[in-house]
Amino acid sequence: MNHFFSRQRYLIDYTLASLLRRKGKHATLLLIYTLVIALLASVMLFTEALRQESQLLLSDAPEIVLQRQIAGRHALVPVDYLEKIGTIRGTHQIEGRLWGYHYDATIKANYTVMASEEHALTNSEIIIGATLARSRGVAVGDMLSLSAADGGTFVFTIKALLPSTSELVSSDLVLMTPHALRLTLGIPEGFYTDVIIAVRNPREMQKVAAKLIERLPDSRPILRDEILRTYEAVFAWRQGVVLLLLVTTVLAFIIFAWDRASGLSAEERREIGILKAVGWEIGDILQMKFWEGTIISLSAFLTGYLIAYLHVFYGNASLFAPVLKGWATLYPDFRLYPVIDALQLTTLFCFTVIPYAVATLVPTWRSAITDPEEVMR
Amino acid sequence: MLLHPAIMALLLLSLLVTAMLLPAALFALQILRHWNMQSGSARQLALERKTYLISTLLTWVFTAELLSLFLFIYSAEALSGQFVGAMCATGVLNINAWGWPTLWLKIVTFFAGSLWLIMNQLDNHGYDFPLIRQKYILLLLIVPLLLAGGYSQLSFFSALNPEVITSCCGSLFSADAQGVAAELSGIAPKNALLMLTVAALILCVTAYLVLKQGTRLTALAFSITALLFFAIALSAIVSAVALYIYQHPHHHCPFCLLKAGHHYSGYLLYLPLFVATALALPLPFIARCQAIPSLSATAHRWVKQLSRSSLALYLLFLVIVLLEIAASPLRLLSQ
Repeated sequence: MNHFFSRQRYLIDYTLASLLRRKGKHATLLLIYTLVIALLASVMLFTEALRQESQLLLSDAPEIVLQRQIAGRHALVPVDYLEKIGTIRGTHQIEGRLWGYHYDATIKANYTVMASEEHALTNSEIIIGATLARSRGVAVGDMLSLSAADGGTFVFTIKALLPSTSELVSSDLVLMTPHALRLTLGIPEGFYTDVIIAVRNPREMQKVAAKLIERLPDSRPILRDEILRTYEAVFAWRQGVVLLLLVTTVLAFIIFAWDRASGLSAEERREIGILKAVGWEIGDILQMKFWEGTIISLSAFLTGYLIAYLHVFYGNASLFAPVLKGWATLYPDFRLYPVIDALQLTTLFCFTVIPYAVATLVPTWRSAITDPEEVMR
Repeated sequence: MLLHPAIMALLLLSLLVTAMLLPAALFALQILRHWNMQSGSARQLALERKTYLISTLLTWVFTAELLSLFLFIYSAEALSGQFVGAMCATGVLNINAWGWPTLWLKIVTFFAGSLWLIMNQLDNHGYDFPLIRQKYILLLLIVPLLLAGGYSQLSFFSALNPEVITSCCGSLFSADAQGVAAELSGIAPKNALLMLTVAALILCVTAYLVLKQGTRLTALAFSITALLFFAIALSAIVSAVALYIYQHPHHHCPFCLLKAGHHYSGYLLYLPLFVATALALPLPFIARCQAIPSLSATAHRWVKQLSRSSLALYLLFLVIVLLEIAASPLRLLSQ
């Protein structure tokens, strides 16, 4: 065993020295290799972090959201629906929600307006999201006027800003009292936007949803699990599409690597010839080349991954962000939490290192079987 | 078909493996027909040179297969969020008829591949390539396995339908259901652990015999016991060890163990178990090679080394099992 390890150590030693002797030739390959890995890794890290973020957010979402539909469109829910739902077994905490969108012509953006009873607001006070405050150029204590549904204008005092940690969901949010919201958005008394229902046992969710439809045929229950599954699928799919586009890049790189490995310079051929003349076997040269590939791949992989990490988590993934996260006028300015998992690393490895290894296999072998007397003549 | 990155990586791997395997298989046929160590002809020389390429190629094939076994299980686990009813890999594998066959084929390929790699390594130690024919016959036997695995995987992924409501570990691994999984779950934890202990004792005895004598017969005995131990250990995981890890007397799933929520303890259990078995299976064959003059010394050494490492890994597995049981607040054996 010891013999095996010391032998590999000498081989690595030799390989490193030989790599350093021809820095220029390997530098280009290493650079392109690193860039390809950085590109692919950025896509993976970014979508993975977004997926994680959406899951974290939705874990606190209500189990079932019930909407009413008329003619296939979303409609307001009358108050007596709440009582009808209350008699379904397994449900608890049924609440009507009041919220809606409000178009602000000054910055040409939609706000999400929500009623809140938690923040002890008066009818003329609001709490707004940080992005909204930035784009309107207002701060705590300032006034913000919103046009009402009946054409009038309401002036609110900004009581507080929502913490920027929750910016992904709260960037365009405006919180006000239910009464103020009814006046601003024009929702009549006795109606809610939708209803949230908490179900104690998650395995009963499907059943509760079925009962809801039976009892309230014009309603549409939306399950949290369904939303989660959709998000999972959407992010995996987006990542897949971008990767598929990048496969061409990988392919181009593979061809480049193949070409590089087969076009040996006269000097390199001489080196192999001399090694064989002094007693190296084909197997030894293949092992030396294996270490060469490993050293290059490992350096490229680590550097590429590091670049991707910096790009995504410190540079806000500026290269892909528009494709992968979607867009809006009041787009949240949020910090992603880094997620690295083994699946991601293995997938990336399969996309880059394995094809590289396979592509250089045949050229490497061809150089290893070179006849010493042929090259040294 | 789902456009998931892990699925794309798996399909890419299987494509590469197939692309490398076909020339290797053709070469195997050439070897079987024309190999003649005594001859100094140009063809023989070319064949000798090409064996280096092919064995490097196959080392990569089996490394890729090992990686794809891991990736397959891991991605099945990761996909479970996208299917109604799937909570872990079991649910995803249940989605269509190809899931389980793909997993089994990958596991069998893992063992066959490690056998081939060990044979190849041993063969390289003899100056006259004494095992070359056996090696390539084995390869020709593995090729259909690998191709079947690739085909089965492709069918599995292309038939993945998110609309299907699948059933997960709760229904498959329950004592009331039908089939092998249910039978395994039905074994009383006490009996399963007792069987595991007995198997471990027999394993130690046969290992002692191999280390002492190193004959073909003892190597065969160790190999067979190792295989039995492997099966018993898997059933013990399903019927007893999993319960301790989940701290739940009725949750038998062998895949939920791989989740982060259970500290990835599945990898700790499966890795030593699989590697130990992969090391134990080629032993009778290596013991037989002691009769070949150019390999006798190496083979003699290897029998001892492999059986020692294999036993050490099995013991490591047992230690991990004991630690998991000791660390769990669940008590199943006290009544």
